[in-house]
Amino acid sequence: MALTREQIESIAHLARLQLQESEIPVYQQSLSSILDFVSQLDRAETQGVEPMAHPLPGLAQRLRPDVVTERDAHERYQANAPQVEAGLYLVPKVIE
Amino acid sequence: MSEWETVIGLEIHAQLATRSKIFSGSSTAYGAPPNAQANLVDLGYPGVLPVLNAEAVRMAVKFGLAIDATVARHSVFARKNYFYPDLPKGYQISQYELPIVAHGKLEIVLDDGAKKVIGITRAHLEEDAGKSLHEGLPGASGIDLNRAGTPLLEIVSEPDLRSAREAVAYMKKLHTLVRYLEICDGNMQEGSFRCDANVSVRRKGETKFGTRAEIKNLNSFRFVEKAINYEVERQIDILESGGKVIQETRLYDPDKGETRSMRTKEEANDYRYFPDPDLLPLKLDDAFIEEVRTSLPELPDQKAARFTSQYGLSAYDAGVLTSSRELAAYYEDVVRQVPEDPKLAANWVMGELAAALNKEGLEITESRISSGALAGLLKRIRDNTISGKIAKDVFEAMWSSGRDADALIEEKGLRQITDTAAIEKVIDEVMAKNPGQLAEYRSGKDKLFGFFVGQVMKATQGKANPAQVNELLKKKLAG
Repeated sequence: MALTREQIESIAHLARLQLQESEIPVYQQSLSSILDFVSQLDRAETQGVEPMAHPLPGLAQRLRPDVVTERDAHERYQANAPQVEAGLYLVPKVIE
Repeated sequence: MSEWETVIGLEIHAQLATRSKIFSGSSTAYGAPPNAQANLVDLGYPGVLPVLNAEAVRMAVKFGLAIDATVARHSVFARKNYFYPDLPKGYQISQYELPIVAHGKLEIVLDDGAKKVIGITRAHLEEDAGKSLHEGLPGASGIDLNRAGTPLLEIVSEPDLRSAREAVAYMKKLHTLVRYLEICDGNMQEGSFRCDANVSVRRKGETKFGTRAEIKNLNSFRFVEKAINYEVERQIDILESGGKVIQETRLYDPDKGETRSMRTKEEANDYRYFPDPDLLPLKLDDAFIEEVRTSLPELPDQKAARFTSQYGLSAYDAGVLTSSRELAAYYEDVVRQVPEDPKLAANWVMGELAAALNKEGLEITESRISSGALAGLLKRIRDNTISGKIAKDVFEAMWSSGRDADALIEEKGLRQITDTAAIEKVIDEVMAKNPGQLAEYRSGKDKLFGFFVGQVMKATQGKANPAQVNELLKKKLAG
């Protein structure tokens, strides 16, 4: 499975990665070989096999009771943030 | 007649009324200081794990049963990947291929009274995103993640709606339903109940759908109607002038009353859903679903049907009175105390009371006149102590003073005059004072009857029993 140059650009854009021109053929080659490797699975017989949503068969999601267990600790968490103002996390402007 | 047909599907996001978030123990209360309710899981810290809120599941099941849908015994959470700062993980936990609720339906009443069944494709659980604030912060956006992780039920309709009015009727019906079920507070100003509308047009008779635009974040019934009407005209204009509608997301600007392009879907729509490895499949057994079924309240349609059969109300009246659980409870409280006249109670609740509430922007639960007090007033109408007309004055006095009907009737001397002799005496006086009109009436000018009624009512300050006045006047005037 050979990925095109456009597909690599699109994947990079979705992942918000900025690729150098020289990196595009490298990713084209390495991502394609990953897909080739995984595509061996296409040969497996899956007729009658129920699709798995998780590698732990038979287990089901556990639920927690609807109880508030967390307290306000925003000052602690915001100590990690590059920029805060009036309790808000600041990020580069996201709309025009 | 337009040659175009409008096709609308709605996606409604209802915030579920849980105390804590869908995957964390943070509070969901509205209005907290920024980020006071955003903790490690909500902030997307590495190494944290989501744990599903049982109450959110129960609420989704409740909804599914109420719309006659299939409740999935096995549903799966998926990651919807996109980058936006109000979603710090870089993905939203949602449901994709296997939602918890599928294939439901809701019946709406159209403007002409006809009924129409609207299909509900699916309803799935997901987490809400935070809020970005762009004002007053030069070059930056401020992020408040209190809302991030609030449980949402996204309710997706089939493209069954054919006009903005139908869309609003459907949305109102859903709004009523989620409040009956007590799974969402329905507060649209606070964003608890929001709507995205998928709108397209096609030539009548065409079976393929036209290209649609998605209008985002409509948070009032009025905006939904206006935005859809604007969008329909915009698309027809494009098609009639030979252009093509592009599939895109548009925002409604309430100030300008128009929709404008937000982004094109091709670029933004590659969400690369995949099952969330942090969450196991959600499995529900029949016993749980049956237990939820027994907890369902009487639903709006059931209640409306009962109101028509039990109280003899019209379908319209029953629909209005059951539009909220609280209003229906108020009405039934009144009827319980004045059981002999449910129609009178309906008229007063939907008439004077609704107008008074509306004028002050109050909810039925905030009414200045309790159901007991209103029943007290209606009893005095029923036993002829006061006329319906005087009752309106008493109602106003009750509304402003908070006192009960009997006290006000006594104090202001409003008791109706039903004593035949007393009314006859007033009639005699009126006739004596107006010999000219009397002569004209007797010579055939029937229209003057109303004049005499008016004079008698005036002389008694409106307190004479109108039916008796009519009857006695007719006799006396005839001579």
